[in-house]
Amino acid sequence: MDPAPSSVRLAVRDAIHTLSSSEDGGCIFSTLVSLKRYLGEAEALPGEREEFARLHFSPLLRCLVSKLSPDWLQLLPAGQLEELWASFFLQGPADQAFLVLMEAIEGTAGPSYRLMKLARLLEQFLHAGRVAVLMGEQCRQRAQPGSPLLRETLLSKVVCLPDHLSNRLQRENLALFLPQGYFPLLGEELVRALHVVADALRGGVDCSVAFASQVLGKVCVHGRQKEFLGVLVPRLAALTRDDALWQRVCWHLAERVPDRAMEAVLMGLVEAAPGPEVLSRLLGNLVIKNKKTRFVMTRKLLFLQHRCTTPMLQSLLGYLAADSQRRPLLVQALKELLETWGSSSAMKHTPVPQQHHVGKAILVCLAYLGEAELQDIREELLASMMAGVQNHLDSSLPPVRRLGMVVAEALSARLHPEGPPLKFQYEEDELTREILALVAPRPADSGPSNLGLRAAPVGPETRADDGRDVGMPPVQPEGADSERDSDDEFVPYDMSGDRELRSSKAPVYVRDCLEALMTSEDWERWEAALRALEDLVYRSPAATREVSVGLAQVLLHLEEKICVAGFEALRRRSLVAVTVTDPARVAEYLTTQFYAVNYSLRQRMDILDVLTLAAQELSRPGRGSTALQRSPPSPGGQGEPALAASQLSGVVHADWRAVVETRIRSKTRRFSKGPSRPDPACGPNELSSVVGWFFFPLIRHFDRPLVTFDLLGDDRLVLGRLTHTLGALMYLAVNTTVAVPMGKALLEFVWVLRFHTDAYVRQGLLSATAAVLLSVPAERLMGELSEELLEARAWLADVAEEDPDGDCRALAVRVLLLTEKLRDRLLPHPSP
Amino acid sequence: MAAPTRPPPLPDPQFVLRGTQSAVHALHFYRGTQGQGCPLLLSGSLSGLVHIWSLHTRRALTTLDGHGSQCVTWLQTLPHGHQLLSQGRDLRLCLWDLAEGRNAVVDSVRLESVGFCRSTVLAGAPPRWMVAMPGRGSDEVEILEMPSKTSVCTLKPEADAKPGMPMCLELWQQADSSPRPRLLAGYEDGSVALWDVSERKVCSRVTCHTEPVMGLDFDSQKARGVSGSAEKVLAVWSLDEQQSLKVCRTHELTNPGIADVMIRPDRKLLATAGWDHRVRIFHWRTMKPLAVLDFHTATVHCVAFADDGLLAAGSGDRRISIWSLYQRT
Repeated sequence: MDPAPSSVRLAVRDAIHTLSSSEDGGCIFSTLVSLKRYLGEAEALPGEREEFARLHFSPLLRCLVSKLSPDWLQLLPAGQLEELWASFFLQGPADQAFLVLMEAIEGTAGPSYRLMKLARLLEQFLHAGRVAVLMGEQCRQRAQPGSPLLRETLLSKVVCLPDHLSNRLQRENLALFLPQGYFPLLGEELVRALHVVADALRGGVDCSVAFASQVLGKVCVHGRQKEFLGVLVPRLAALTRDDALWQRVCWHLAERVPDRAMEAVLMGLVEAAPGPEVLSRLLGNLVIKNKKTRFVMTRKLLFLQHRCTTPMLQSLLGYLAADSQRRPLLVQALKELLETWGSSSAMKHTPVPQQHHVGKAILVCLAYLGEAELQDIREELLASMMAGVQNHLDSSLPPVRRLGMVVAEALSARLHPEGPPLKFQYEEDELTREILALVAPRPADSGPSNLGLRAAPVGPETRADDGRDVGMPPVQPEGADSERDSDDEFVPYDMSGDRELRSSKAPVYVRDCLEALMTSEDWERWEAALRALEDLVYRSPAATREVSVGLAQVLLHLEEKICVAGFEALRRRSLVAVTVTDPARVAEYLTTQFYAVNYSLRQRMDILDVLTLAAQELSRPGRGSTALQRSPPSPGGQGEPALAASQLSGVVHADWRAVVETRIRSKTRRFSKGPSRPDPACGPNELSSVVGWFFFPLIRHFDRPLVTFDLLGDDRLVLGRLTHTLGALMYLAVNTTVAVPMGKALLEFVWVLRFHTDAYVRQGLLSATAAVLLSVPAERLMGELSEELLEARAWLADVAEEDPDGDCRALAVRVLLLTEKLRDRLLPHPSP
Repeated sequence: MAAPTRPPPLPDPQFVLRGTQSAVHALHFYRGTQGQGCPLLLSGSLSGLVHIWSLHTRRALTTLDGHGSQCVTWLQTLPHGHQLLSQGRDLRLCLWDLAEGRNAVVDSVRLESVGFCRSTVLAGAPPRWMVAMPGRGSDEVEILEMPSKTSVCTLKPEADAKPGMPMCLELWQQADSSPRPRLLAGYEDGSVALWDVSERKVCSRVTCHTEPVMGLDFDSQKARGVSGSAEKVLAVWSLDEQQSLKVCRTHELTNPGIADVMIRPDRKLLATAGWDHRVRIFHWRTMKPLAVLDFHTATVHCVAFADDGLLAAGSGDRRISIWSLYQRT
């Protein structure tokens, strides 16, 4: 070490002394100016300059900061001193200036003059691009790495600046220091720092981007991907387009990200990248080199989350497809995706959105894979697909079934392009359309946004064109003709009565109807009888009661021997009419048949539907007076068009839910607002005396499997419907005396089945619980069912938190709310 | 275009003739003898009777019984001499003399075919006329010169054509200087053929239906005709200068089955008799549907127009409905 103090040290010591003691503005000014020459390029020796920067700069800055006060700055007029003071921070070594500034800001207690001055200075510092200088220096210091502690401090100060500043400044915070302002700026600065690195590399100087990678990682870990990468990714995408050097810089940047931040960075990049090409340029073959990356990209994003939107999936899988080294990963991913898709356990225990996510990923994979690759793994894919389709079609949730159909169609079309196409019947909705759109392979060079833009305006235009093409020609000749036609006297008569001819052989007596349905080989008569039956039954209840069970039997076994539009609805409406007319006997018959052998699932579900609709009709207040002018029961009517599409049970499922939901909703409203509805028609609930016939036989035998019918086994769908039916009957039995034993039985039933694996069954159980709460009088509920209720509450809370099915969770929350309300009503003031 | 106003409600029949006691299968308007003044309507029924109705009193004036209780399928009066031709399922074509209140069969021709094909008549210079009727062979049409009953020719399709039985016939001749009788025949296979009677050959054939042609009518001025069949479609075809038939448009109906078609003598309207119990009225030139007359409760077998535009429809429900639609006032 040099024993004699150098000239620099002496000068600095003098200056600090002057600064701390002098009150003379001129003197201070001249001292500072003399020191400032150590910062300049020309006026000092390089050795002196370096010594100053390394050893004396920080103490000097700390001294300067400590002098900061209004009086001190006004020692010289016109802000000369302030300008000079600031120039030390803005021109000296950036890292030290930044650290001292941050330190000073953190050391200041609360908003004050001093703090504001420092904040303004920091703002200037940021605007002047000094952070880029700072990061550039850190990157160039590869040869002589600064102390790790210093780098760590720098890193955390740079990334956490908004937090520190908002802590200090509180309400006085400047816009630049908010995350929305700061991180985009930081992104720009990082690009500038990388420019420095790239220039240095071009100049043959060795550099490391480790510090930049750390910044990137830390920002992403802090969850600021959107602001930061929103600026960074487009810049880098543009820079890497034709420049190999920049691509290597980017690869290194991504490679050096610490492992613990890798996931956040990748997530952000996949989200921000406009397409697989960009992602590929930014990441290179990182997925092969880095284990963590491989895990995140091929497992976590695909299987463990469903955050990825469709464009993200396309970017991600497109990235895997873009390079021959990465393609095996894509093939592997497809295999695993398909395995997950087809696994029955995954279907039961993952939420529907996750399953949709997997389905979408499969189709995107398919779009990226070529014929040859598919042929190699065809056998494996086929095996998974077969099992998967089976499992999906078994599901009782229509969205899951539909997903199975769509994916299987697309898959088989790719696996057997030459064979006859697999085709399912399903109703298209938004989701299936979105999924189907993925099947078509995308043009190679257009990003998804590009594609979207192109597709959007074209659609409506062509449709409009079509409309014109189709709409105009038939009109034109006719219009022209009638203009030429002077025969104005030929005004057409009303021809609305011109309908398909119906046979006029409709029977007029119920017995005739029954006979026609049973024996007639004259199909016109048979159809006419079917159409006339409902009205006849309502018109002649006495005659119906004589033959009710026979009629129900015939209707239940009726087959659609000839094609009759709306056959299912007609049959169901007639059955409902018969049940309503003679509830006790027909309900008894139907409920026994429900558990009899040799019925199809369709018939069993029909029985359930009919029982519900009949109960609904019977419980309708004021039914007797308006029985003849009533409109057909709404669920049948709604079901009609959809039934024509022959989608087994999907519709009725929706009906069910709608019915139960609306009821719960209407009921809840009544609790909160009081009876504000217009006077409902009054009258005794006609269901009261017969609901037992509907309910108890149904609930009694569910656990006794038959040869062809096993409710607790494969016939989950029927079990789901049964639970919904029981819930609906419970709800309809409101205000009846039998409601309490019914509620008790139903809660026991729910308790037995509460851990059923099928989401549809659980939904039914939840709505049944809600029905019990709504129908059983609150006092009786607390008095006689309190234990069951307590157990049910624990279960509900469990479901509300942990059930994989979203609808189940929502329903459970709703039922819980209902119990809360009940309790509040019963115990308005907890005893003091 | 003007805002569409509510179409007028369906008209009712002007009156209904009851009393045939059985289904009405043939209708024909007849100007009547000089003394009677008002037009008459002739109807042929399933029970073999021909009723002569006065449209003035709306009562049956006379009943002609000449077909031995077999269905009367066709009625036609000759333009001169007050003679009536009736065809029955007893395989006889009877010629009645109706002049001065007489009602006797003056002549009859034996039919060789048991089919449902109605005959057709072309009047030449009095007293000669020509009748076309289904012939001995199942696909033949026979032309007779009347009243001498000499066979002019037998029109037999070429061996490879196989059109099936003739189902309806229409004799006409071109109005130009050299009148040559032509025959339009609708066949069982749904085709319509134009025969040149004097050369005994088919000028043109067009397949316009997939089911047997049940009725056709031809407008010789516009050279356009229409045919109805057992299917749901009405076909309108035209005849060009080269004597070739061409389908120019088809019209979809609500219900299948057309038993008879008839163009009004002023060529403005077309009426069809439907198996769906309805009579449909079209504007003949544009084929615009004008009315659907839903009055009968059984198949409508026949429609007929009077010279003054009155429309009659006879149906299986034993009623004859008379309609007055779009009359020139």
